[in-house]
Amino acid sequence: MTTVAQQAVKPATMAQALTRAMRDAMAEDPTVHVMGEDVGTLGGVFRITDGLAKEFGEDRVTDTPLAEAGILGTAVGMAMYGLRPVVEMQFDAFAYPAFEQLISHVAKMRNRTRGAMPLPITIRVPYGGGIGGVEHHCDSSEAYYTATPGLTVVTPATVEDAYGLLRASIASDDPVVFLEPKRLYWSKAQWSPDAPVAVPGIGEALVRRTGTSATLITYGPSLPVCLEAAEAAREEGWDLEVVDLRSLVPFDEETVVASVRRTGRAVVVHEAGGFGGPGAEIAARVTERCFHHLEAPVLRVTGFDIPYPPPMLEKYHLPGVERILDAVARLQWEN
Amino acid sequence: MTVQELPGAGASHRVTPPPAWRPRTEAAPLLPDPEPYRVLGTAAAEHLDPALMRRYYAELVRGRRYNAQATALTRQGRLAVYPSTVGQEAAEIAAALVLEEQDWLFPSYRDTLAAVARGLDPVQALTLLRGDWHTGYDPREHRIAPLCTPLATQLPHAVGVAHAARLRGDEVVALAMVGDGGTSEGDFHEALNFAAVWQAPVVFLVQNNGFAISVPLAKQTAAPTLAHKAVGYGMPGRLVDGNDVAALHEVLTEAVQRARAGGGPTLIEAVTYRMEAHTNADDATRYRTDSEVEAWKAHDPVELLERELTGRGWLDETAVREARDAAEAMAADLRERMNAEPVLNPMDLFAHVYAEQTGRLREQAAMLRAELEAEDDA
Repeated sequence: MTTVAQQAVKPATMAQALTRAMRDAMAEDPTVHVMGEDVGTLGGVFRITDGLAKEFGEDRVTDTPLAEAGILGTAVGMAMYGLRPVVEMQFDAFAYPAFEQLISHVAKMRNRTRGAMPLPITIRVPYGGGIGGVEHHCDSSEAYYTATPGLTVVTPATVEDAYGLLRASIASDDPVVFLEPKRLYWSKAQWSPDAPVAVPGIGEALVRRTGTSATLITYGPSLPVCLEAAEAAREEGWDLEVVDLRSLVPFDEETVVASVRRTGRAVVVHEAGGFGGPGAEIAARVTERCFHHLEAPVLRVTGFDIPYPPPMLEKYHLPGVERILDAVARLQWEN
Repeated sequence: MTVQELPGAGASHRVTPPPAWRPRTEAAPLLPDPEPYRVLGTAAAEHLDPALMRRYYAELVRGRRYNAQATALTRQGRLAVYPSTVGQEAAEIAAALVLEEQDWLFPSYRDTLAAVARGLDPVQALTLLRGDWHTGYDPREHRIAPLCTPLATQLPHAVGVAHAARLRGDEVVALAMVGDGGTSEGDFHEALNFAAVWQAPVVFLVQNNGFAISVPLAKQTAAPTLAHKAVGYGMPGRLVDGNDVAALHEVLTEAVQRARAGGGPTLIEAVTYRMEAHTNADDATRYRTDSEVEAWKAHDPVELLERELTGRGWLDETAVREARDAAEAMAADLRERMNAEPVLNPMDLFAHVYAEQTGRLREQAAMLRAELEAEDDA
């Protein structure tokens, strides 16, 4: 392999793809501003904004005071004035002080003003567990966001999607909650840093693996777990299809329904608790639209309905390959 | 190791003093006036601009009539609710009049009058309170943010607009209004802190009208005044008589000019009184006495200015009549237009949720459309 080729296609991490997405968006559009606690000089606690302050200056990559309502609230005003703020919430559970701004203003401003004042704000929320984080650092808070009309909610599971979906989120005229599965930050893909990245936009699910025995419906941090489970299932003679939702709102019902109608069986997998979680909604929709195609009830494999556990116990809480295979086994009954 | 040898057990181990530290700012220049600043009834009033004060007089008379008309519309069931600003007209109107066209106003739910004084059509301003839509105007066109129902949450928006404008090199000032109760909210703190750190061109106007619904100021804060809160953020705090329109004009103008010149934010507390109940759903007799209300009647903002101007010969009977006639005409027009049933389109429910409707919303919109068509056919 030549040096040039090595430069062109090399392993890139999801973290690097996210950084490049913001850099490219900022270079193309001077109204894009990055703001949040530690995003400037430090480059973020996960280094996702690394180098942006140096390249674009403090006016566009701003270390804010430590106050999430203030960060999002001032971003609302900046968007009202025509800027496109990209806000970092640092950790899932740190976003909660900003919920009043999010729900009462960010999600509703387009609606309140009859479309006169949409707010193009991207809210980056590193979410989910599996990194050994202590309390308040591992919540899967997606149900709060998906329950709020007016918010778009997306979550990448691959390096390409991290780039493509973040670019699409920043370009969106609506507020987007961009959930970053933090345990995938260091996942890698062969990726050319210069080549254009073309991935489907917001609102399209992707079949990541085709199969015939059952459909695993998942997103974000659970995608690699589901792909691993699908490989392991081959030993049982099951050929599993894996659908990556990519976007929770809007929800690509058609891709999901088409897949389940093909396989006749479905398991929804996510880290968030099951009660009132996205899986409950998806299972209900699949049941409504695929009832006559289903060979078994739609099952869910989710985190337990408990506060996120301490790091030494999180392996018992997070849905793993075994639990997914158990669910698939329960789908296989005859009559 | 014995207990005596543990670090910190004795002072003898502390050989070096802690690194030098001193406050970044002297607090004194940030401290508010010891008494609410007044102009009317003082010697300073002789330097007032008679033409400007006559304009304020006409606006105050109109504002008082607007409050009366809106309250009447509530009694007739034309408005779902109206939080009156009778007694607070001076602060409402001064807040609107000190701003230039390019500036932004961030009103709370009580500040309909400020929006009207800034030039907004009274009917558009009342849409929220009538209940036909949340905001009846384009906020960008008028540079008036939507009337904000959650308390103090509009304050960080004001900081964001001001900050963004400054980044773009525009000479825009944002004036944000909040009540005394709103100063207890977290967003009040975060907005003031961001504004001061960013030196954003914002003026925070607190109308201290005595009560947050029923809770008096003494149960809201232990600070000497609300203006004192400015000190902790590193911005000037001003205390002003909220019924003295001349004093308000001066203090607000000074704050707006400082903000425009890059001098950063100011917190202004206007001490005033809410003459009527919180809204028509409230019973103010449960938490305050008639004698308290009577005492404030003697300090009415419209009468204060009228006395001053008449006494100085700056206001004649003709001008008074003209102001009252103009107010009456505004009220008649408002009454007539508010008595017309608003035309509502139920399909608007789905029109402004996302730029592009989601599949789910398209489905629900189709369901409602079918219901409406069935209704029409019946």
